[in-house]
Amino acid sequence: MISLRARAMTIIGLLVSVLAVFVHAAVAQDNPNAFNRLMKPPSERNAPPESDGIHDPTADGTLMLQPPQESFAGLPKSRSGNYVNWSEAIENGQLAPRSDLHNPDAQAIVLDLNIIREVKGSMPDVVYPHKQHTQWLDCSNCHPAIFIPMKGANQISMASILMGEKCGVCHGKVAFPVSECRRCHSKPKPMDQP
Amino acid sequence: MKRVIKTRRLVLLAIIVLPFAVAWAEYADVVINMQAEDKGMSPVIFPHWFHRVRFQCSVCHVDIGFKTKAGASGITMDKISQGQYCGACHNGEIAWSAENCDFCHSGTPGLETGVEGGHKTAGPGYY
Repeated sequence: MISLRARAMTIIGLLVSVLAVFVHAAVAQDNPNAFNRLMKPPSERNAPPESDGIHDPTADGTLMLQPPQESFAGLPKSRSGNYVNWSEAIENGQLAPRSDLHNPDAQAIVLDLNIIREVKGSMPDVVYPHKQHTQWLDCSNCHPAIFIPMKGANQISMASILMGEKCGVCHGKVAFPVSECRRCHSKPKPMDQP
Repeated sequence: MKRVIKTRRLVLLAIIVLPFAVAWAEYADVVINMQAEDKGMSPVIFPHWFHRVRFQCSVCHVDIGFKTKAGASGITMDKISQGQYCGACHNGEIAWSAENCDFCHSGTPGLETGVEGGHKTAGPGYY
């Protein structure tokens, strides 16, 4: 039999939860024209697994998982994605992700080569740094399937990126999203350009 | 009986907390549910952030052979127990073994395979 105390707690809990639903509904209906209705406030970023909307909060395993904020606490911040500047974290030595499954001391082959892509219109040109990419990736992740390793051979558009092709294979899903325009479009056009 | 009460408390907690929490999955969390629910398990949630802290992308996406498209790799528990895919690490040597079913199979039932938390498009990018 369930003890009296447990029963009492269950009943109190149920009452509180019913109340919570009503209070929530009232708050939501309070001001439909509230600012930033769908924008994530800083307090709700990097939610712990049990309240992130995709983990099952009733599953035992969910509560065993590390909350992202615990991991991200000391890492450099960014304005979107995981709100972590992953490249900077490698650059300043805070993170040193292994490049080999079995050998923790294996060093990745880093290629320090910038590719400048001139773009149409008034947007600054794109500077593509191989360095930051090869700190995470192998050449074969991108070449030749996503990008043909030849100058001028790759047609890239923001539309295709948003459709998940080219840069969009990673950017917008796992690497910083395309809302961070200036992290790629970072080389201003010359002032005297017609 | 203790377990029943514990579960009940968790359910209550969820009912109280959920209406207030908007669903904001962590960026790049991947739902893997090509087979899990059909076979009676909860969907798998793969957290990219946790793994990239420890390994470079290429370890999984080149050496182990995970495709860069959710649902394209054809992961099964058989392959994992043979040391393929997740099983390359989750073997009790590099990382905890695949016997801890509920660490991975912790997704809310009904989720579709795909990348969560990023921008959504209607094209092939909506993996």
